[in-house]
Amino acid sequence: MNIVVAMKQIPDLQQIRIRNRQPVFDDVPLTIGDIDKNALEAAVNLKEGTDANIIVLSAGNEDVEDTIKEALAAGADEAFLILDDDLEDAESSQIATILAAGLKKMDDVSLILFGEGSGDNYSGQVGSRVAELMDLPQVGYVSTIEVNGNVAKVTRSLEDVEEVIEVELPAVISVMAGINEPRIPSVTQILKAGKKPKEVLELDDIEIDLGAATIETNSNLAPESDRKKIVVKSVDELVEKLTAENLIGR
Amino acid sequence: MAGVLIYSDKLNLALELITAGKAINDEVTAVAINDEELAKGLANAGVKVLSVANEAVNVADTAAVASVIKELAGGVKTVLLASNRRGKELAGRLAQKLGAGCLTDVSSFTVNGDKIECQRNALGGATVATQVIVSDKGVIAIAPKSFAPAGEGSGSIELVSLDVSSKVKVLEVKAKSADAVDIEAAEVLVVAGQGVNSQDDLTDIEALAKKLGGEVACTKPVATDKKWLSEERVVGLSGKLCKPELAVLLGVSGQVQFTVGIRDAKTIVSVNTDENASMNQLSDYVLTADLHEVVKDLNSKL
Repeated sequence: MNIVVAMKQIPDLQQIRIRNRQPVFDDVPLTIGDIDKNALEAAVNLKEGTDANIIVLSAGNEDVEDTIKEALAAGADEAFLILDDDLEDAESSQIATILAAGLKKMDDVSLILFGEGSGDNYSGQVGSRVAELMDLPQVGYVSTIEVNGNVAKVTRSLEDVEEVIEVELPAVISVMAGINEPRIPSVTQILKAGKKPKEVLELDDIEIDLGAATIETNSNLAPESDRKKIVVKSVDELVEKLTAENLIGR
Repeated sequence: MAGVLIYSDKLNLALELITAGKAINDEVTAVAINDEELAKGLANAGVKVLSVANEAVNVADTAAVASVIKELAGGVKTVLLASNRRGKELAGRLAQKLGAGCLTDVSSFTVNGDKIECQRNALGGATVATQVIVSDKGVIAIAPKSFAPAGEGSGSIELVSLDVSSKVKVLEVKAKSADAVDIEAAEVLVVAGQGVNSQDDLTDIEALAKKLGGEVACTKPVATDKKWLSEERVVGLSGKLCKPELAVLLGVSGQVQFTVGIRDAKTIVSVNTDENASMNQLSDYVLTADLHEVVKDLNSKL
């Protein structure tokens, strides 16, 4: 049984600086989104005590080959990568098409895991689009997963209720942010990660039509912030300031 | 069928979508699935409702719901969904079925000719992007509370039957924790971050929130990792986007995924032992001190 975890390479958001309201990406390291790491951890937990094999699936620019080592160190058994520098700014519909093409080249896939949204765009479309392209059932915002033969019992956590759902496999499951604490790989695991099998394909190898972009971005600016940034020395001073602004003691 | 099709299984959100839809096109049609109450509520807001009755379609089955909406979408150019969890999950699937571009978590839009210029958070909330769907069809998921609910009107209900099958079975629906707090509605929020030492400290923090006439909220890890507070109280990109008059942040470092949820507050106070916490740059008042002492002190002075 193969468990596929789809992961997206993103810039380390904490290191993006804003200059004249524009995000600056110079020297910002690349990483994998936090929720994607929750999805991988869920896969690693499912694998325990079974002979399941975890394949991390990713599409992006050439840097992904290096970035994805983080996932191989944290428990993925192998990587399946579709890399092309043209994919750097590819949108959800295009990435979904590529991931589905990659999945179609794999055998015996029972679960395809995503995070509820990527760390950067957090649009949450790709998992649902892949499910449609593969004609598979899907459950999103999942907090627990249990596999029993050819079905999975999962909990979907909505804002107001939790749904316990039985879904036929194979299925696409997207996990909710923060459902587990992803393991931090040991030095040995990091060293071993470089030796784990990787299949690297180019766009030409999967012979698909990416299709035209469906989204145009007119602007992408940091919101204007004009905070006062007044340093107060004591609780008394804070109370005085907030009282003056009529924010407390109303 | 020209116009806009809207769908949410929640009446309050569907009513907001009607308002959003009318900003795009006068002709708004709504969908209700196995829910007569919803259909009536929508018709009372003055729109035509396509009411689907088919027990095989469970609203928990995203694939089935997407099939239904695709059938009903006909020649519609724009489908509006709610950007709650259910709606976001549906958005991608429906867009793929329709061959449509899709934007989720849209907080506002401007109609400019035949283009709908949508605003949504990007880069984890560090930026706000203005994006336009340029494909023939579009699916837009609108963030809850971005539009006022539609008022009363006189609409109509048309019953529709469709043939759809399902690979998903709902075994049980459990109510979540009884925490019915609405932090988005609170005028004052006292936000517990990872600087809070232990769950016991929340007692004092709750007392402070009460004195300030507000609610306790928290950062994501305090709820999902430490489980000290319910998810209902999480501020941030994957939680609630709040606009209180006053936000008192206790031990919050200021990760961008958090700050996006509080940056529209009128006044922000940051209490942190780290004078270089990135939150301090986004605050009106900064107190570099042990939050536990500050909370005790505030409780005795207020």
